Amino acid sequence: MSNWPAAATRPARPGGFTLRKLAPYLFLAPFVLLFIAFIVAPLVYAFYMSLYRDTLVGGRQFAGAASYIKVTGDAKFWGGVWNLVLFGIVQVPIMLGLALLFAIVLDRGQVYAKGVFRLGFFLPYAVPSVIATIMWGYLYGPNFGPFTQMAKAFNLPPPDFLSPGAMIFSLANIVTWEYVGYNMVIYYAALKTIPSDLVEASRIDGASAWQFARLIQLPLLWPAILLTIIFSINGTLQLFNEPYLMRALARNTIDSSYTPNLYAYSLATSNQQYGYAAAVSFVLGIVIAGASYIFTLITNRRRPEQ
Amino acid sequence: MTKIFNPLGRTMQRRDFLKVAGASVAVAALPAAVRGADPVKLLLWSWLPDFQTQVDMFNAAHPGIQVKLVNAGQGAPEYQAVRAGLKAGSGLPDVVHIEFQFLESFRQIDAFADIGQWANPHKAEFPEGTWTQVGKGDVVSGMPWDSGPMAMLYRKDILDKHGITPPATWAEFADAAKKLHAADPNVFLTDALLTNGGWVNGLLWPMGWKPISRDGDKLAININDKISKDFAAYWQDLITAGVIETKPGFNNEWYTGLDSGRYATWLTAGWGPVFLTSVAKTSVGQWRAADLPQWDASKFATGNWGGSALAVMKATQHLPEAAELAIWLTTNAEATKLYTTKQFLFPCTTALLTSAEFAGQKMDFYGGQAVNKVFAKSAAAVSNFEWSPFQDFLYQSMEDEFGASISGKGTLSDAFDRIQDAVVTYAKEQGFTVD
Repeated sequence: MSNWPAAATRPARPGGFTLRKLAPYLFLAPFVLLFIAFIVAPLVYAFYMSLYRDTLVGGRQFAGAASYIKVTGDAKFWGGVWNLVLFGIVQVPIMLGLALLFAIVLDRGQVYAKGVFRLGFFLPYAVPSVIATIMWGYLYGPNFGPFTQMAKAFNLPPPDFLSPGAMIFSLANIVTWEYVGYNMVIYYAALKTIPSDLVEASRIDGASAWQFARLIQLPLLWPAILLTIIFSINGTLQLFNEPYLMRALARNTIDSSYTPNLYAYSLATSNQQYGYAAAVSFVLGIVIAGASYIFTLITNRRRPEQ
Repeated sequence: MTKIFNPLGRTMQRRDFLKVAGASVAVAALPAAVRGADPVKLLLWSWLPDFQTQVDMFNAAHPGIQVKLVNAGQGAPEYQAVRAGLKAGSGLPDVVHIEFQFLESFRQIDAFADIGQWANPHKAEFPEGTWTQVGKGDVVSGMPWDSGPMAMLYRKDILDKHGITPPATWAEFADAAKKLHAADPNVFLTDALLTNGGWVNGLLWPMGWKPISRDGDKLAININDKISKDFAAYWQDLITAGVIETKPGFNNEWYTGLDSGRYATWLTAGWGPVFLTSVAKTSVGQWRAADLPQWDASKFATGNWGGSALAVMKATQHLPEAAELAIWLTTNAEATKLYTTKQFLFPCTTALLTSAEFAGQKMDFYGGQAVNKVFAKSAAAVSNFEWSPFQDFLYQSMEDEFGASISGKGTLSDAFDRIQDAVVTYAKEQGFTVD
């Protein structure tokens, strides 16, 4: 090993086994090993578990695809997925729309205290989602939360953010608050890469701010927007922290299968159905992959003119 | 010659190794006290705060045993770690902190050693109902540590203001709820913690509810019986009348509700009085304790909510020492007394339940009332209860379905029917025979 820097700079003999050929793999090794240990191995193990059934009487038996077949007809699982589809349809466009608006506003030169706003919008992302949920939970408090107090002070009926009808929007609000800044930074970075000659040309041609945003910025941002939509589909379908913590305040509204991940968690803990929990997780993975794939197919077909 | 790697650098020869191995086998067979040189190491899992004090006392009194205390999480997270350890066959403690209500669920997966031969001589030190939590015949799965006999805490100032006497029966409780809310729409007699399985169970207990009885792998599941239907009808009436709340407990909204006078009673357990002093800041001196309201005033009946045991894991390599640890920590006079003054556990031993220091302790928060006496009376009267072999699942179903009915999906009675169906399906899936 002591002569490896010298060996690494020596030109490779064709067909020979040299350290130079090995070097890329050595550089990759730390990532690949951790990836195998913490991503691939648990996935393989989870898949193995999903083929078995653990029961309190009789122990572990091979079940084959039985768990997967059961998931396809499990109303609790699909109910959770449906909750999140509703959640996503409302929340993702609002979140990404706000992120885009903030990014475009910040990108324009004439914003006062730009750094403060940029940091301010991004700050909620730096707050762990657990803390964010506890904080919003306090704000949502139906009897003593600040919104209720304000409503009472004005003799208005207090809003019930935790009711069955409102809960999905209350959760959407928390997630939006958390992730607008994150998406804004992606858009902002993409806006910064727009070549200045395009900006200049549009100015010379007399484009208005709206025309500039619509005809120059949006089309060039399209890849970044696609990326954030895929991320959001992923994140939405895996929602867990926020409903899990909000349960302490609203167990009446959030049951153990409110989202698919919450369901998998309950199956693996309270129910001791480890194999079925693994199968539910895999099917959720397939649903997410499928949703992302369908989305890319659609957007590839109608890509805006560039 | 066979060489065995030794981390200290010295090469150990096979003969040396056998000598050492032979010696340690011989030492292990000796009683702990004789050994001295290499103490038995025990691992103890518990989430009790400041527990190290009593563990140090144990270590000082047992030179042959060294106990390491680890907090592996409170309740559910610890149970998950225990289950993971059982699956993996490693990483388990020797002695573990388990709530009474989950002992049966862990017996189902054969988690515990039988410590009957050492524990049974201590049986008489506990009220009969408490001992039935850990002992079945001569088989003992753990030592009772703390308990949660139920009673009622109430706001004397609020009830006095509206001329209501503390309800002694459930009929009086319902009348008081209606009267109080009519007099002041911002006040509710209670917040029914229906999405807390332990609370519901504790109130069904004195009614004689037997949700799941087992005979080996055969289960009789009677969740939606007459008893639970009566319970459902009673609380449904109060919910429909809008005179009580049904918000989840143990969050800041609820603490403020208790402290600010929104709720005039808390139907709670032996650990409740001290817990309340830690979350209520302005209602000091206004609270009092009374017996749990009764269905039949002539027949005092009560239940348990919470309480826990120290159990010895079957996987322990040091069964006698681990049993000694569980027994000493739950029966030693000095250590058990300290729980009531340092960690404020509600005690299990009859000696403490009847002692002047504990039962007679007057608390300013309760206007100088000896509230422990009320709960100690309840402790002496708690009957046996048969826990299910999958208590987590039962609680989860109860919490899901009561929550759903509070949110408008049917009545509480319908919820019991749905729980019955869910539990029967689950039990069959889990390989039980259901009658």
